[in-house]
Amino acid sequence: MSIKLENVNYIYAQGTAYEKQALKDVTLEIQKGEFIGLAGHTGSGKSTLIQHLNGLEKATSGTITYDGQNIYDKNFDLDALRMKVGLTFQYPEYQLFEPTVFEDVCFGPKNQKLDKEEVEERAREALRLVGLSKEFYDKSPFQLSGGQKRRVAIAGVLAMNPDYLILDEPAAGLDPIGRTEILDQIKRLHEEKGIAVILVSHSMEDLANYVDRMIVMNHGEKVFDDKTKNVFAHYKELEWIGLSAPAVTYIMDELKQKGFPVSTDVIHMDDAEREILNVIKGGGQRS
Amino acid sequence: MIRDITIGQYYPSGSVLHRLDPRTKILGTVIFIISLFIGDSVLSYGIATVFLALMIKVSKVPLKFIVKGLRPIVILLVFSIGINMLFTPGDAIVSFGFLTITKQGVKLALFLGIRLVYLIIGSSLMTFTTTPTALTDGLEKLFGFLKVLKVPVHEVAMMMAIALRFIPILTEELDKIMKAQAARGADFNRGSLKEKLHGLIPILVPLFVSAIRRSNDLAMAMEARCYHGGDGRTRMKPLVYQKEDGLAYGVLIFYLLIIILVRLFLR
Repeated sequence: MSIKLENVNYIYAQGTAYEKQALKDVTLEIQKGEFIGLAGHTGSGKSTLIQHLNGLEKATSGTITYDGQNIYDKNFDLDALRMKVGLTFQYPEYQLFEPTVFEDVCFGPKNQKLDKEEVEERAREALRLVGLSKEFYDKSPFQLSGGQKRRVAIAGVLAMNPDYLILDEPAAGLDPIGRTEILDQIKRLHEEKGIAVILVSHSMEDLANYVDRMIVMNHGEKVFDDKTKNVFAHYKELEWIGLSAPAVTYIMDELKQKGFPVSTDVIHMDDAEREILNVIKGGGQRS
Repeated sequence: MIRDITIGQYYPSGSVLHRLDPRTKILGTVIFIISLFIGDSVLSYGIATVFLALMIKVSKVPLKFIVKGLRPIVILLVFSIGINMLFTPGDAIVSFGFLTITKQGVKLALFLGIRLVYLIIGSSLMTFTTTPTALTDGLEKLFGFLKVLKVPVHEVAMMMAIALRFIPILTEELDKIMKAQAARGADFNRGSLKEKLHGLIPILVPLFVSAIRRSNDLAMAMEARCYHGGDGRTRMKPLVYQKEDGLAYGVLIFYLLIIILVRLFLR
């Protein structure tokens, strides 16, 4: 069970003055149940890449297979793929359109031609998963706060029961509480339902705290694809392509340079705390 | 999904035409259109063809791109050519029952077709080589004399500029919304006409919401910069004619004279 990309190239607006190679020879595999972070500078090809995963954009060359089946085959059912690989864009709240929250969440499963009861059951479950209670069902999506709208939009995709969930900057523009709430809910989804999550984010802290594996894009090419910790160990290279490591990593690096015997491949606050405590308990000897 | 809309699109290729003053290009387009209606012989259309081909060559806009802009008028073209061909009285060539194709009809229809196609190509050449902002600046200056008659020239030009600026933004927005709804399993091409119309709701509602939100933001941003209309407003880049513009006007007048002379003396 996986989505597999092999030597995928994508050229935008081919044959015009706006021509641009948005993806260059990208090869990667996403297994079911993974929690992956996707990082990269603006214009690095992240958004283009995720639109290939559910067949919204068609690669100029290269193959994409879903469970071993080529998604560009003539008799491959792209609609079914989009149900299995759920995708929410940046600021998904601007795509809400139904008069009530509940009806909007029903839109996806309704397109799957399920019967009414099943549709409503799915919608209720999805809204529960994103933490919206019954009192929201009959409200207009336009009455809600930014964070609530965002959760309705994510529920709209979850209601289709996807095996993979791709989220483009789900926390962008939210306040700190809204951020952690939404990211915690996504993590819970991943753990409870075993959904594979691909999280696109600009926040290195969020990536360090939530994802197991990290893919880094630069100028349409995949430059890193490894365990999160291993990727952040390359923070000097990350800086060259306009990214960074979490703040804790920098603090540990400074400490090390000042002569404290701490390890520098720390990306979580808790680990940093433990490291520093160890040094203090050990007498804080500088080497 | 929506990338075929070329009307009013700008094509940056940095040619001489791109560098010309927008006023020169607007008047040039007008002169070209007038020439199409002065000309009434094969020779004058030949000259117009050479002139247009030269301009396309100079503009460095690929011909493929220009021809693509003609697609929306194909139906109009076929319709008007057909009507002219069938309903112009004169010497019959062939006839099927009550429909008769005449010699005069064919000639009229052909000229009409050429006029329409050249008209569209000529004016789209202007928009391909002129940014919307430059275009409205040029229009504002050209029609500035109407201010004496209390016509709100600046306001109209500003409205046009904003409308033009919003075309690519809304196109992009539309593309995004369609993709987002497609990701939720919406299908815009299947089903009966009623189902198709119904399928537009998930696209149109967010599009209108977004258009209203954006115009609100823009109005706020303009007010925050103390915008209060055209009175006493100066320009960062005032329009000034350059040497190239003089040359361009020379070419245009020369072209127009030839067309007039051909009409008067070589029939």
